Amino acid sequence: MANGPLLEVQNLETHFKTQDGVVKAVNNVSFHVDRGETLGIVGESGSGKSVTSLSIMRLIPSPPGKIAGGKLLFDGENLLDMSDEEMRAIRGNRISMIFQDPMTSLNPVLTIGRQITESLELHMKMSQRESRNRAVELLSMVGIPSPARRLDDYPHQFSGGMRQRVMIAMGLSCNPELLIADEPTTALDVTIQAQILELIKRLQRELGTAVIIITHDLGVVAGMTDRVVVMYAGRIVEEGPTDEIFANPRMPYTIGLLRSIPRLDESADRRLTPIRGLPPDLIGLPQICAFSPRCDYYVAGKCDAQVPPLRTVGPDHRAACLFDITLETPIPETAVPA
Amino acid sequence: MATSPQAKAIMATGAPEMPTRAPRSLWSDAIRRLRKNVAAVFSIGVILFFIVIALFAPLIAPYSPITQTKNNSLRQPTWVQSDNPGLNGSPEHLLGTDALGRDIFSQLIYGSRVSLIVGFIPQVIVLLIGVPLGLISGYAGGRVDNLLMRFTDIIIAFPDILFVITLTTALRETFLGQAFNGLLLIFTALSIVGWTGITRLVRGQVLSLKEKEFIESARAVGVPTSQILFRHILPNTLAPIIVSVAFGIPGAIIAEAFLTFVGTGMRPSTDINAPFPTSWGAMLLDGYSNLSSGPWYLLFPVLCVGLLTMAFTFLGDGLRDALDPRGE
Repeated sequence: MANGPLLEVQNLETHFKTQDGVVKAVNNVSFHVDRGETLGIVGESGSGKSVTSLSIMRLIPSPPGKIAGGKLLFDGENLLDMSDEEMRAIRGNRISMIFQDPMTSLNPVLTIGRQITESLELHMKMSQRESRNRAVELLSMVGIPSPARRLDDYPHQFSGGMRQRVMIAMGLSCNPELLIADEPTTALDVTIQAQILELIKRLQRELGTAVIIITHDLGVVAGMTDRVVVMYAGRIVEEGPTDEIFANPRMPYTIGLLRSIPRLDESADRRLTPIRGLPPDLIGLPQICAFSPRCDYYVAGKCDAQVPPLRTVGPDHRAACLFDITLETPIPETAVPA
Repeated sequence: MATSPQAKAIMATGAPEMPTRAPRSLWSDAIRRLRKNVAAVFSIGVILFFIVIALFAPLIAPYSPITQTKNNSLRQPTWVQSDNPGLNGSPEHLLGTDALGRDIFSQLIYGSRVSLIVGFIPQVIVLLIGVPLGLISGYAGGRVDNLLMRFTDIIIAFPDILFVITLTTALRETFLGQAFNGLLLIFTALSIVGWTGITRLVRGQVLSLKEKEFIESARAVGVPTSQILFRHILPNTLAPIIVSVAFGIPGAIIAEAFLTFVGTGMRPSTDINAPFPTSWGAMLLDGYSNLSSGPWYLLFPVLCVGLLTMAFTFLGDGLRDALDPRGE
């Protein structure tokens, strides 16, 4: 086993061809995941977080999608150089994925048991009996009562939370080194959400799996992750340890995100400040800071002159802003356009 | 201390077992709904009835369907009295005899064999061609899809019945045309024109299914393409396929009757051991030419064809409702 990070994404570029032009959904993205670590990828809809995860799995629908450049080093090997055959041996085995909507992610005409045992038979070469026993074990591990009986049930006989548990059981069936959870709790209500997150956390501690959690929910990130990557318009705009990002965000976008959510530990009369404007169209994005049209700290002639590089602003903490802006920086009056 | 089994169960799971309804799949639900449909259940009965008759034809038929008896032709059914004593119904021939003195009842019984086999075999061939093509076309997409669908369009553009008549007429004297009294040729012809509907149906289903998250999730688990197609996608398309087959069978039965009636279909046999000596279509032709002697010769095969095709149509109807979960 190679030393170094479990997964290293280097300069990943994923493009989609559309009728209006090429959408650069993921644009020069680099980050890494260490063994046993939990990484959060945050961003609003269309920021490229899901495309990043699908790129790692090499599941980008092609056409129209295409991984146009970069490297995906998993345990030292570039996933992009692998044959489809080799990639299939990794999917579900060493890297597995949990999808957003448990209601549609299970095949309605196959029993739960059939769907869990499938990857066990594929990757672990287990016999039917062995894989069945393992499936029972997995279901009880994710907290499904009377698992042996539930194995022959169909997805429609499970509730949403239970289905997501089944999905997690499927994801963990082959003891993957990396689990990618793409908005695992978005489709669930808050109580179930807490249970599912607690479950992922517990299983990660027990199994030592590295987890990438993709979400737009900062609450999930705060509770679950060691490090955070913030994405905006296909680029990483800030990355760092979770505590540091929440205590000392350095990118105006992150600051805006944090200001727009309520906190329990603040005075009741603070108004929430939303980020104004809309995310940019990803077709033909100019070479400027993509957030600048919405930024309160916009400086003409600087922000619209280049794409700000990620620069180190603290230990392990990098932000893509030209200026040293913190939570305390006052919002300049002139910045608000008439 | 004695513990009841229930108490043990409660201790084992930590909660009392809730009374749950038995695990139900799409199929068991569908069968339950189908059983409530009187017309469909009745149709299944009719179809089974004909299948039994076809299987045990030699045991049920009072006469050989091709044995000709002299001075016994064009007899009316048993219950009909006519002015001409020679044509009077006789107790020996329940439904009378045809122009060559052959027993009509026995002919009907043997004729059911042809109609049933002509209903089923081409549908099987159609499935074997249409389903894989539809799966490939829908899943591969792009150029492959385009090629296959344009080819399908070409076949569809050809007038079905004209093509079948041309083929059966052209190949009538070849080996293919002779085998099984010409049935093999009918199977072939009906299959060549018949697979397009299923292909389009399956392709459409696959197009929408392959975008579903559970297919993406299967790919994320590393399931090979063939397994995704046959284990994950195919079962999801079975319901419309079954309905389409149930409606395809009566179409084929009528096509055979029609082809034989116009003289390019199966050829009645004179071989005493032939498994398919005659068909309802052949009887229609005979009955039509003897119409002036009495309506009976035409009436009985028409009733049989009508009953069997209606049974399949009602069954198809019932299956369509039963397999559609929104129907409830």
